[in-house]
Amino acid sequence: MEDYQDRPGIRWPCGILPVRRVTSSWFVAACLVLVSVSALSGCNVIIPQPQDDYVDGRLQITYWEKWTGFEGEAIQRVVDRFNEKQDRIRVNLVTMSQIDRKALVAIAGGDPPDLVGLWSAGLSQFAEKRALMPLEPFMEKTGMPRDTFLDVFLEQNTYRGTLYGLPTTPATTALHYNKRLFREAGLDPERPPRTLAELDAMAAKLTRYDEQGHLVQVGFTPSEPGWWHWSWGYWFGGALWDGERVTFDTPENLAAWEWIQSYPEKYGAAELRRFQSGIAGQFASPQNAFFTERVAMIVQGVWMASFIDTYAPGLEWGAAPFPSAVPGLDNVAMVECDSICIPVGARHPDEAFEFIRYLCSQEGLELLNLGHKKFTPLKAVSPEFLASHPNPYIELFIELAKSPNAFYAPLMSTWFEYNDEITPAFDQVMFGQASPREAVTQVQDRVSGMWERARSSIERREQAEQEAAP
Amino acid sequence: MTNRERRNLRNGLLFISPWIAGFAVFTAYPLGASLYYSLCDYSVLKPPVFVGGANYQELVTDPVFWKSLYNTLYFAVCFLPLATVLAITLALLLNTGVRGMTMYRTIFFLPSLTPLVALGILWMWMLNGEYGVVNYVLNLVLNPLGLQAPIWLQSTAWSKPAIVLMSLWGVGYAVVIYLAGLQDIPKQLYEAAELDGARWLAKLRHITLPLLSPAIFFNVVMGLIGALQVFALPYVLTDGTGGPARSTLFYTMLLYNSAFRYLRMGYACAMAWLLFLIILALTLLVYRVSRKRVHYAG
Repeated sequence: MEDYQDRPGIRWPCGILPVRRVTSSWFVAACLVLVSVSALSGCNVIIPQPQDDYVDGRLQITYWEKWTGFEGEAIQRVVDRFNEKQDRIRVNLVTMSQIDRKALVAIAGGDPPDLVGLWSAGLSQFAEKRALMPLEPFMEKTGMPRDTFLDVFLEQNTYRGTLYGLPTTPATTALHYNKRLFREAGLDPERPPRTLAELDAMAAKLTRYDEQGHLVQVGFTPSEPGWWHWSWGYWFGGALWDGERVTFDTPENLAAWEWIQSYPEKYGAAELRRFQSGIAGQFASPQNAFFTERVAMIVQGVWMASFIDTYAPGLEWGAAPFPSAVPGLDNVAMVECDSICIPVGARHPDEAFEFIRYLCSQEGLELLNLGHKKFTPLKAVSPEFLASHPNPYIELFIELAKSPNAFYAPLMSTWFEYNDEITPAFDQVMFGQASPREAVTQVQDRVSGMWERARSSIERREQAEQEAAP
Repeated sequence: MTNRERRNLRNGLLFISPWIAGFAVFTAYPLGASLYYSLCDYSVLKPPVFVGGANYQELVTDPVFWKSLYNTLYFAVCFLPLATVLAITLALLLNTGVRGMTMYRTIFFLPSLTPLVALGILWMWMLNGEYGVVNYVLNLVLNPLGLQAPIWLQSTAWSKPAIVLMSLWGVGYAVVIYLAGLQDIPKQLYEAAELDGARWLAKLRHITLPLLSPAIFFNVVMGLIGALQVFALPYVLTDGTGGPARSTLFYTMLLYNSAFRYLRMGYACAMAWLLFLIILALTLLVYRVSRKRVHYAG
């Protein structure tokens, strides 16, 4: 091997680089360029400001949306139709997973898309941080009316009196039940339960055990599908939040959690858990417990019909409002929606709103929601929409959205923290590890503390902003 | 410093300047910034507001923080010894020189190449409480004894052991390092020991393990750091909730949720710095304990 270490100057052993011939000043200059490139790129100095992008003479705006599959195809059809009609604007639809987190980073970084599709439940969080543009000024400027929308969907997009999003694809939940199992248990398949007590009694008839005493079929369990543990209090006349205060430990909510506990007590906590472990995490599959007829009654959303068509086409099912525990409290249903918003920092908000105006027209929303197999958030519905809708119960879901007892997740900026306290408390009650009162008190205490902290954080930030302002 | 030394220093610095710049921009600055943010109320979307030690104070009084720390230490304490013993055992078996050995080595390394998300979904099925293949086999043995296999991920008692079990699937990397270490041990030591009448166990105890100790030390330290940062598998399995009843809510999951779900970046930064201190302390402890037990050849 060549002995290069003893020679003066820098030498490369195998002659890969002709280092000796590179004069040092040349070399220093090259290095300096490298250093400055890497350093400045971190400070956003040499990155050019993005240029407006024109396609065929039309301004291109970017729209981030979360939907894939048939839902993605539906929004693409709407975007295509808008683009066909336009000679000024072209919408570029970009499908985005984990859209809320990516939007967060893009908005914080000052380079957001012109339009973003969020979930109504996460909107308060973004709105509280003033990451979304208020939409009322755009509506006023363009003469777009508010009263075409169902109130409940505008409410969900409003945070502290300001509208930050418009509803695109709404959903309501209802009781879904298996008509064949009803018949088998001697129940009338055309008469779903009308009170919660009736539901409990029917659930008992629809529950079967094998010779060893193991559950093989349950009529109902509040743990399936397990997506809205927070919601049960509303069927007892309760609420999670009164606009000022966390109201989790009210008698109504406590009654709901006592009802939840009655299920592990009836079936046996360990046995129900074992049964649950066989069906967990299989919603979008033929193994879904409702499709395999192992659970006879569940709460599900308007989307369920299309999953039944895909995974269990022969299933005989019906839908009805989930019955409440309080006489006179009718048509209680959870309502949620996806929302379209303009992020703060969007470069073409007016053009973005132009697309919102089309998307939120009856034509745009019916095209989108027929594809999504949902209904529209508008008061007006065209007869063709209802006639060609694949869900036989679509009018029930629309009716539930109009109900005065429809409810939605509280419009708090700390809603995710609230929900993440309820889920483990629910588990503890289902496991028999906590009594309903303990669980309810624990959630109330923790979430009240969180809310106090969040409120002082908002005040502190507002104060800091005032001080920073000249 | 002579002129030439100075010139060499300058040239040397210039040569590594791309790295220095990259380190400064992508590592040193974020590190320093996170320390500052840990003292702030910072939501990412709004400028940080300095709050002093409030985040740290809230952390140490939050039972959920302690729960996540407990879960993480539980995982590390179970996983690390099991992984070490399993990896050394596999390495010893794969070092015996049986025919088709390269194929076996490949087979044992393959699980390490499986993406964690695929691994999680696969194990979710295998550990299904009622229809999983693991419980099918277990129940063949347990049912005659009047016992029931656990329901793994749906049970607060068994969810962490289930994640330990899944993680053990990825010991392939450690096995490769142990194999390299084993092949470094001079043959003549074994021959000398055999002449003195040493059996398999004596050779393992007095030659193999002492000379493998640097590799074991390396794997234990890396394994410790990895175990305290366990994230992807439980996150995929529980959709980020750490359920049931927070039994699989690990430290980094709470950290991630605080930062990106609750938009409390300052709080998350404080958690990150505490985790850094915990890992530093435990690593120093491992160094101290192992000082007399690690033998470097040559």
